[in-house]
Amino acid sequence: MLGIINGKVYDPRNNVDGVIKEIWIRDGKVVSAGDVDQSKAEVIDAAGLIIMPGGVDIHSHIAGGKVNAGRKLRPDDSRGHERKRMPLPRSRRATRSGTGFSVPSTFKTAYSYVEMGYTTVMEGASPPLMARHTHEEFEDIPVLDKGGYILMGNNHLIMDYIRKDEREKARDYVAWLLNATKGYGIKIVNPGGVENFKYNKNVTALDDKVIGFDVSPRQIIETLSWINEELGLPHVPHIHGLNLGLNGNAFTTAETLTGMAGRQAHFTHLQFMSYGGEMGRPVRSAAAEIAEIVNENPNITVDVGQIIFCDTTTMTADGPVQHRLHELTGNKWFNDDVEAETGGGVTPCIYKKSNPFNAVQWLIGLELFLLIDDPWQVFLTTDHPNGGPFTYYPQIIKLLTDRDFRGEVFSGINKIAQKGALLPELDREYSLYEIAIITRAGTAQRLGLDNKGHLGAGADGDVTIYADLDDREKMFSRPAYVFKDGVLVAKDGRVVCERPGNTLYVSPDFNPDIEKEIREHIENNYTISFDHYPVGRDELSHGKQIPCKVS
Amino acid sequence: MSTLIENAVCTFCGCLCDDITVEVDNNRIVKTKRACANGRGLFMEYDATPRKPLIYGKEVSWEEAIAECAGILENADNPLIYGLSSTSTEAQKKAVELADRLGAVIDTTSSVCHGPTALAMQTVGEATCTLGEVSHRADLLVFWGCNPAVSHMRHFSRYSLMPKGKLVPNGRKDRRMYVVDVRPTASSKVADHFIQIKPGSDYEVLTVLRALAQGKKVDVDQVGGVAIEQLQQLVDHMKGCRFGAAFMGMGLTMTRGRDINVRELFSLVSELNQFTRFSVVPMRGHSNVAGADQVMTWQTGYPFAVSFARGYPQYGPGEFTAVDLLARGEVDAALIVASDPAAHFPRGAAAYLEQIPTIVIDPEKNMTAKAARVFLPTACCGIDAPGTYYRMDNISIHARPVVTSGRPGDEDVLTGIMEAMKLC
Amino acid sequence: MHKGKESEAYIRAVTRVDMSDYDMNQLGINEGEDILLYTLEDSIEVPVFKGNLPESMLFMPMGPVANRLVGVDTSGKGMPSYKGFLVEVERP
Repeated sequence: MLGIINGKVYDPRNNVDGVIKEIWIRDGKVVSAGDVDQSKAEVIDAAGLIIMPGGVDIHSHIAGGKVNAGRKLRPDDSRGHERKRMPLPRSRRATRSGTGFSVPSTFKTAYSYVEMGYTTVMEGASPPLMARHTHEEFEDIPVLDKGGYILMGNNHLIMDYIRKDEREKARDYVAWLLNATKGYGIKIVNPGGVENFKYNKNVTALDDKVIGFDVSPRQIIETLSWINEELGLPHVPHIHGLNLGLNGNAFTTAETLTGMAGRQAHFTHLQFMSYGGEMGRPVRSAAAEIAEIVNENPNITVDVGQIIFCDTTTMTADGPVQHRLHELTGNKWFNDDVEAETGGGVTPCIYKKSNPFNAVQWLIGLELFLLIDDPWQVFLTTDHPNGGPFTYYPQIIKLLTDRDFRGEVFSGINKIAQKGALLPELDREYSLYEIAIITRAGTAQRLGLDNKGHLGAGADGDVTIYADLDDREKMFSRPAYVFKDGVLVAKDGRVVCERPGNTLYVSPDFNPDIEKEIREHIENNYTISFDHYPVGRDELSHGKQIPCKVS
Repeated sequence: MSTLIENAVCTFCGCLCDDITVEVDNNRIVKTKRACANGRGLFMEYDATPRKPLIYGKEVSWEEAIAECAGILENADNPLIYGLSSTSTEAQKKAVELADRLGAVIDTTSSVCHGPTALAMQTVGEATCTLGEVSHRADLLVFWGCNPAVSHMRHFSRYSLMPKGKLVPNGRKDRRMYVVDVRPTASSKVADHFIQIKPGSDYEVLTVLRALAQGKKVDVDQVGGVAIEQLQQLVDHMKGCRFGAAFMGMGLTMTRGRDINVRELFSLVSELNQFTRFSVVPMRGHSNVAGADQVMTWQTGYPFAVSFARGYPQYGPGEFTAVDLLARGEVDAALIVASDPAAHFPRGAAAYLEQIPTIVIDPEKNMTAKAARVFLPTACCGIDAPGTYYRMDNISIHARPVVTSGRPGDEDVLTGIMEAMKLC
Repeated sequence: MHKGKESEAYIRAVTRVDMSDYDMNQLGINEGEDILLYTLEDSIEVPVFKGNLPESMLFMPMGPVANRLVGVDTSGKGMPSYKGFLVEVERP
């Protein structure tokens, strides 16, 4: 039993805005004060400290085939970024050691997130055929709760069903697939484009055709959105659209956003999709236009994918994007095409503030944060590690809460990018309440995680306590206490307890008749058998099913 | 009374065939269907009868054996953990954990197999694909320095040369196959084109291929004993195909140049993607060595040759690789898991294992076990123990046992050693 | 390998060298007869068999017999020179 008293609580889901309030936890859950024998509880006096729910990251690449290829590809990212094995208090065990700056090894990933006050992290993209690998890595990411989105936007069977106008079968297949992969939600990456890349082509417009399937990206998005609703999945379709990274892509992004026509959707790393201008001409920010659309469409949420000026690693399921980046930079390039499903690649990338393109990318991210009015619609990410390592989240928080600091950094970026930039005119500063929304309350709500991202009765006992420092970067880098399920896991920015976290997954219902067709599809199109495709429940040591809400 | 089990997984090589039917009688596999000779041997020769561990060749209890292991490792200043290929990822994770907690050096069989391939990937990257992409799309195959007809016997029929696929409806007829090697082999026999190169000249030939692919002229008429016209023809076929797949093996990794040879091939493949789609799939051989790569990488950041002596992983091919450590006598104890260095290492390195306390964890009493101080006979994953395995293209399958076991698994034994040493 | 590395079958399989017809004639040696191979590391005597090989190229299966000839130098990569190293050949 645990009590946290005298602290200033920020709990936006329950409308608590910096109020001195007591938090009581029993058996890993937040309870009301009356449900605890306070004389037996351990009590933390948090006077002068800030209390928030544990951080919930809605999009980060931390586990799976592509991430591990990134680790293997870059011993240069590991050397000089080592983490020593450290003894744990009151235990004969030690933490595990690790390496990696932009692509940290699994244990280092876990500890770094926890030491920053995060308690739940969602893996941005998992190929279904390699879901087992993602789960194996999840098993080596302790403490955190995590889940993975399953790539479906270039899936052969789904595209077949769309072409044949059999969306009910597609729905049953998607449900089966989520069960088989122990996944959390539907992920769409460059729908149709990754398949076309297997012919050295791509898609550039929503009504282009996918080679061999004669369906369009628009149809793929519409069908998967319909399916998401039908299945009552806790999260919404998680979308990485067309033309990522290309000048002028804001046009397709705008079309895709408005094309949702009121349907719920989440658009990820929107910064990379908000470029104005045309191909062959200098890029300009289209953040204002895109933010306006988001403001007008309350059914849409986004995460920004802010870039950080550093040496990082790009990795996405968007094969053609990674190839293009390799051609542009000459950096080493990893590519993996996955049969009948998806693809993807990895390549290092350095973002420099002296580089005019990178400078505009940096501006776009911040402009999106500052121009999207409702913090419940915009979430803090770097699309780790694509924009930069997640360890830079505190720096982004400082940029959002301190316009003087923002101005300082702005004055150091490429001068051409500074000319005519919108950012200096934007003097909005995020409040701590709003920061709590974009890093935990809003993300947990959008994920459909009723017991996370807030501190009301029934919530998981995931609580982070920060010192109230003027320098918000310092403040969010080193929480005073981090609790997971009511257990103290980090103190003064250091892990003090290692315990397993949960793997969150969904199990939507489906008509079992569909299995016959799925079996045939797998036997004909894959090189493993139907029996070995699914990840068994026994392969997850701490799985936690999150219910679907079918109306 | 025998039972038939469908879709058993053969864990012998990187093909990881998961369509084997085994007939089990009296807890022994008496018949297999669809397995190649290697797979058949794996399934049918294995006797799951529990054996007692040995210390200096004498039978002891499991408690005594574990205690002896703990003692050896506790007293060692610089222990080596080596092998990891013929076991599950669950056990591999334990081995890396043990090395981490001990501050030991850990290396896998990659260092004498596809270690140079990893080094090449780390320098220039790797454009690869899963085997189903090959069977459904590839109309051009190039086998360089490898002999699948002998080493991966179902590769041609199941994945690369023969299968009928979506874009290759006529199977073999829709494909063109090249073999590049220093001598004719069983694989070159079935190829459309065999390019025989002089030993040790892979690098030069690959460099010329890269130049020709970029449209450059070379001022020689042959390289590595191969006429330029023949290489130009290969380049034309590669650039003109719809989806090309190259496979490479020890012919590149074990010869002069090692990783530099592989680097040239990987660069060529990446560059071909300017003109068409081309991938390369390293022919991972020993069992679950691909899994060992993955586990080492996600837990430490590096695929092999890792020292934890400083309390964090350090990467050192040539320094922390097993052959070098043993040849220089730099380790004072060895824990060998699921591999047989006494048979596979140069004698100058293998002999050193007899001079230091050595522990072997393996289902069979292999050559290394014969001279080891402690031998722990464990279950065989995929036969009498479950385990997750990675195929050569990194797709993983969870293999379930087909006979019942009386033996502990590698995972259990490694955990037992850690518990005896109070490390966890 | 499945029958164990002590079995006759394994030992037989790894104790042999393949040589081209041409080289066998040059040496005046017949199939099945023993030949002496040596490097700076060690020398071994193994039976020779006709193989479809170019001149001056020998092939031995990977195993403890061949490994007596292989040096421990890995050129700083961890991989010994398993292939393409020079061997002297003599009739015993």
